[in-house]
Amino acid sequence: MTHHIIDFKDIFFQYPDGTEALKGVSFRIIHGESVGLVGANGAGKSTLLLQMNGYMLPSSGVINIGGVELTKKTRQDIRKKVGVVFQNPDDQLFMPTVFDDVAFGPLNLGMSNERVTDRVNSALQTIGCLDLATKPPHHLSAGKKRAVSIATVLAMEPDILAMDEPSSNLDPKSRRDLIGLLKEFKHTKIIASHDLDLILEVCERCLVIKNGMIVADGRVSGILTNQLLLEENHLELPLSLQKNRIH
Amino acid sequence: MNFDKEYFNLGVLDTLSYKNTLVHRLDPRTKVITTFAFIVTVVSFPKYEIAGLIPFLLFPVVIFALGDIPVWFILKKVLVVSVFAVFIGILNPLFDTHIKYHFLTFPVSGGWVSFFSILLKFFLTMCSALLLISTTSFPGICHALRKLGVPEIFISQLLFLYRYIFVLMEETLRMVRAKDLRSFGKKGQGISIFINLVGTLFVKTIERAERIYHAMLSRGFTGTIHFVLKEGFGKKDFVFMSVTGITLFIFRAYDIVGLIGRLAERMFN
Repeated sequence: MTHHIIDFKDIFFQYPDGTEALKGVSFRIIHGESVGLVGANGAGKSTLLLQMNGYMLPSSGVINIGGVELTKKTRQDIRKKVGVVFQNPDDQLFMPTVFDDVAFGPLNLGMSNERVTDRVNSALQTIGCLDLATKPPHHLSAGKKRAVSIATVLAMEPDILAMDEPSSNLDPKSRRDLIGLLKEFKHTKIIASHDLDLILEVCERCLVIKNGMIVADGRVSGILTNQLLLEENHLELPLSLQKNRIH
Repeated sequence: MNFDKEYFNLGVLDTLSYKNTLVHRLDPRTKVITTFAFIVTVVSFPKYEIAGLIPFLLFPVVIFALGDIPVWFILKKVLVVSVFAVFIGILNPLFDTHIKYHFLTFPVSGGWVSFFSILLKFFLTMCSALLLISTTSFPGICHALRKLGVPEIFISQLLFLYRYIFVLMEETLRMVRAKDLRSFGKKGQGISIFINLVGTLFVKTIERAERIYHAMLSRGFTGTIHFVLKEGFGKKDFVFMSVTGITLFIFRAYDIVGLIGRLAERMFN
């Protein structure tokens, strides 16, 4: 299948204030792959994710999502294929109740009320939050907020999931639940995170980004064990791989 | 700290509105319409009316009881805003000095009567508005207003306001705390710090709005917000509305207090 492929070719991006955030990024992610995106603060991870659904268009280079080149004209269609989960659930959940929020995307796709209700229920079922449907988002815990923000994207049944720091601010149990959830998804995934243990568990492949350039691309087992490479990028070995870490 | 308390109060009102009682289960439209009818009826009384307004106290009492709403909490809120009503009416006794009644041989001027009438009307209307908010979830009220013909754009604004007022207040709360923790009992540095605080908050709000808009676009937003609405107008709504309507009419058209008075007089004679 070709339609879940993400292809970035020599992408440059400059913010209006002149900061060069991406300097020639190229990679290709194939159908069903789970890819971790790691790097220091300010390396360009979030910018890269924002490129994926055309919120920001590259200054130069070509992005191809599922065989369609990303342009101003095609970005509406591409947004149906790429679901982005933002770092802060308070930005993602903007509707007055959980149900309304999860229904927001499907309703924008022009579905009938019955189909929307089915979609919402099955998305909430997947994350185990069906009982929260009538609650307003500000009554939820951080873990539940995160789960619901994932549901809002799942309800649109995207081919590709892009997530920015999915495990930030979660307690260990919520984080564990999240990892279980992510492992179940068969979507093509790209996850930007500092939580290297999460990447180690969920992803097969890992991209390391530094100063707007991809400096390493390979299997997780190779990259996340390379102490030198990690330390150069303000990272460290995943905790589960650190020996004798309690002295 | 004051700000903490206010935030907590707002939260209480919001939590109350998600209770599950007979009144809470009524369709929001029913409650919006009856509250509106109640307010219009109360305000429609002439300026020297006091006795005619007394029976209307029944309405808040019934809602307090059926909706399981803490009475003191609401009364305190009414008290806080009652300052406005006092200011509106306080000059009446000075200007309107002709004697209207004799109360146990004390002469009472028209000004005092109209002043008390204003206070009573204010109390009744404020109570009913607060009770509407504490028995109906805010989104419920918004959807009711939409169905009653209020333009879409206002409804979206109100819903966003409801969603983000809590986020904004929490953000403010954190900033105020951070300021207080480093001002060591002094008032900070007064107004200049306050201006900085508001400025920072404003910039943060704009940044957040941008991120929210991005989240909306990511999920196919093209200009209108759609909702799946469940129709909930049932038999109990019809009953509630008719009973309230008829009662309001009787209380407005007939002098209930006088009637009871005459009845009591006849019984004791």
